[in-house]
Amino acid sequence: MLRGTPFHERTAPLCQAQNWRRWAGYLAASSYELTHDREYYAIRSAAALIDVSPLYKYVIRGSDAVRFLNRVLTRDVAGCDMHQVMYGPWCNEAGKVIDDGTLQRLGEESFRLTSAEPNLRWLCDNAFGLRVTIEDDSDTTAALALQGPTSREILNNVSDADLDSLKYFRLAFARAGNIPVTITRTGYTGDLGYEIWADAQQAIRLWDILMDGGRSYGITPSGIYALDVARVEAGLLLIGVDYIPANRALIEARKSSPFELGLGWAVRLEKGFVGQEALLEEWQRGPAWQFKGLELDWNSLEKVYAEFGLPPELPMIAWRTSVPVYAGAAQVGYATSGCWSPTLKKYIALAHLRSAHAERGTSVEMEVTVEHRRKKAAARVVDLPFFDPERKRS
Amino acid sequence: MNDTYDAIVIGAGHNGLITAAYVAKAGLRVLVLERRELVGGTAVTEEVFPGFKFDTGAHRISRLYPPLVTDLKLADHGLELLPLDPTVFAPTLDGGHLSLWRNPENTIDAIRQLSDKDAASWNGFAALVAKATGLLETLYESSPPEALSKKRKDRWAMLRMAGRLRRLGKRDMVEVLRILPMTAVELLDEWFETDVLKGTLGAAGITGIFQGPMAAGTAYLFLHQHVGTKQGILRPALRVRGGTGRLAQALAGAARSLGVTIRTGAWVERIIVEDGRAAGVALVGGEEIVARQVISNADPKRTFLDLVDPVNLGTEFLRRVRNIKFNGVCARVNLALGELPDFSSLPGDGPHLRGLISISPSLRYLERAFDDAKYGELSREPFLEAVIPSLTDPSLAPQGKHVMSILVQYAPYHLKDGVWDESRCDALGDRVVETLAKYAPNIESAILHRQVLTPLDLELVFGLTEGNIYHGEMTLDQLIFMRPVPGWARYNAPIKDLYLCGAGTHPGGGVTGAPGYNAAREILKRVK
Repeated sequence: MLRGTPFHERTAPLCQAQNWRRWAGYLAASSYELTHDREYYAIRSAAALIDVSPLYKYVIRGSDAVRFLNRVLTRDVAGCDMHQVMYGPWCNEAGKVIDDGTLQRLGEESFRLTSAEPNLRWLCDNAFGLRVTIEDDSDTTAALALQGPTSREILNNVSDADLDSLKYFRLAFARAGNIPVTITRTGYTGDLGYEIWADAQQAIRLWDILMDGGRSYGITPSGIYALDVARVEAGLLLIGVDYIPANRALIEARKSSPFELGLGWAVRLEKGFVGQEALLEEWQRGPAWQFKGLELDWNSLEKVYAEFGLPPELPMIAWRTSVPVYAGAAQVGYATSGCWSPTLKKYIALAHLRSAHAERGTSVEMEVTVEHRRKKAAARVVDLPFFDPERKRS
Repeated sequence: MNDTYDAIVIGAGHNGLITAAYVAKAGLRVLVLERRELVGGTAVTEEVFPGFKFDTGAHRISRLYPPLVTDLKLADHGLELLPLDPTVFAPTLDGGHLSLWRNPENTIDAIRQLSDKDAASWNGFAALVAKATGLLETLYESSPPEALSKKRKDRWAMLRMAGRLRRLGKRDMVEVLRILPMTAVELLDEWFETDVLKGTLGAAGITGIFQGPMAAGTAYLFLHQHVGTKQGILRPALRVRGGTGRLAQALAGAARSLGVTIRTGAWVERIIVEDGRAAGVALVGGEEIVARQVISNADPKRTFLDLVDPVNLGTEFLRRVRNIKFNGVCARVNLALGELPDFSSLPGDGPHLRGLISISPSLRYLERAFDDAKYGELSREPFLEAVIPSLTDPSLAPQGKHVMSILVQYAPYHLKDGVWDESRCDALGDRVVETLAKYAPNIESAILHRQVLTPLDLELVFGLTEGNIYHGEMTLDQLIFMRPVPGWARYNAPIKDLYLCGAGTHPGGGVTGAPGYNAAREILKRVK
């Protein structure tokens, strides 16, 4: 049976839309209000409170913790400072991505790793013979994302953390009310924002403290629809949508390497890790695919709809299907997520493109279905992210 | 003294010594490191009680791979092999007994006492066994074919195997392929009706494995034990004059004469891996020795899980190594005897005491013995394989006295509750003596001293993981190109310059020397 998260007692009455979805065995609200517009704008102009408890969370401790994580992750964990957070993927031995997530360095020998899919077996397999313990804290740790321009002020008000000095991708141990929490300056929105990690037993009180403290700053419980639009604008990957985890792929072609997912920056080829050899080879060869942004051309979009006497119909909720991308008659890729960006006022999509067609500025066409007919609209290849406000890092 | 060696061999087991000798013969500088104070691994003879010497590990050899003996001039180094004749003597509780002999005519005569029908079947059965083992022999002389490989060389090897199979002729080919995965019970029931004959042959199909004769693949193990023996000789066994340890001494002598350095009391703690290749070893105590190649005679679990830092190995490979079945089921009881056992069904001294003595009155008996082990308990009535080497080798015991070594099965390494502590060790010894006393009642009073080696002792003394005498179960899923794990059956490892040469590799366990011989050939191929 699908379970409620530790915040369910609070989120359930707020969910006017009753459009729950499943997320890792939990109930998650797609939106709380009947449409998600206000929730989206909270992310970009106030503060959105998003229940991200269904993330898988593993606490890794032990004298070999760094060696272990360095073996699993493509990033250089030895270079992860105390209280730093790192985002990155991990791969199978063929260098294909299994999952991606954030790694928090809680102490000299303790870390918290988050993931979208269950990874305990993979972690344990790789921990064999090393002095580490891996604890699955998924159910016992509650997590909230507080995202948006006013999030810092809210947290400054309700906690004893000094958030003005907390840099992007760093963490702080603090108390909110008197609840011990870990605050990480991370998020899935590409905006100024934080994620707050606490014992699940304190979840309801934490929720109340944040909602009370955030009221005058426009704090708004937000659902997955709003989050999805924000993460497309931020050019952030979604597992199972933008890529298929290697251990779930039925055929080789469905697997992706970090290079093919735009995560080459997160791969440290000079250190030993699972998949290193294969990735080194791929790097020398050059990846076959690139993960890029597409901006659809408004005039072209108007034109294909005008054929049927329609104005462009825009996806306010992000779509998550595979849509062909063409260069002339040849298919050169496929888009996997797309939406209308309310902030940028553009129709944007995330796409896998053959390397030859992935250069920024390349003109391509994306399939658009209008009145049950397949049409093509002109689009331009752009770098990710689409939206990158200064406040995210400052 | 720490000048560079070309190769270090970890463990002076018989396979390790053989690999060392061959590699040295090709001109490499080789150092063998042995944890114990004596060489041989499980091929050792030890004076356990004053004046009584026992083969504490392997107490017989089924067959030594022939080229070894000549290549390494083992006879010059003191090796003398004594074929047991009869090969096996099996008493029963109803006053019956059966001996199998090296001369098939004698065997047929012996069987005729029990069943005309079985006597008539003997030659046909022996011919089938010869055909099947002939096929295995071809397979064992070379490195295993990589079934999944697309390389031309590997495909050729597969074709050669297929060619060898086809040469049997269509009918025999089908027959051999049919019996390979069978159970020992099925195979023997097709040919024979006499319980003690079937039990005694079937025992070869279960020796050392966590299976009863009703398990698939036991027919294969039965055939494995007969590879390289002459047609018609079943349950073959050889002894080494002076004890199995003399084999190790001969091998060590041969190795030394080829320039190999052997150090005993040198316990390797880990294999040093640098830049993805084996670069030497570190000993307990801190000494580090550099070498271009490291060759491990230890079993694959010990090698990859204990000696190598796991971060140097792939996830999938480690998982596969972890999943290799060991499940030791053997124990050893060594008896110093004041007088010979007197079997009720064939009283007095006689040639029968000079063969293997097999307590295997029927296949059902063996399966029942396994039933107990299946649930983690010592067999109420265990299968026993005993030898009294002092009969043919009086130097092993004081004048007029004898040594008797007994392989006991099933004594599962993993007990349902508890571990192999002292009281269980004693209970095991008592169980064996009680069992034997049913057939030879004077045994209890004949015992002067008793040594019991539980599977845990076998692990601690000989470094046999879980007490498995074969360095990994000899079951169909762990043989040929799947030994030790699929994809790594060529004695090499995912770490460059690291090799295996022990019984955990093809063609597996038993004192044959074939793994060590094959390993040396593969290593030299890669080194040159």
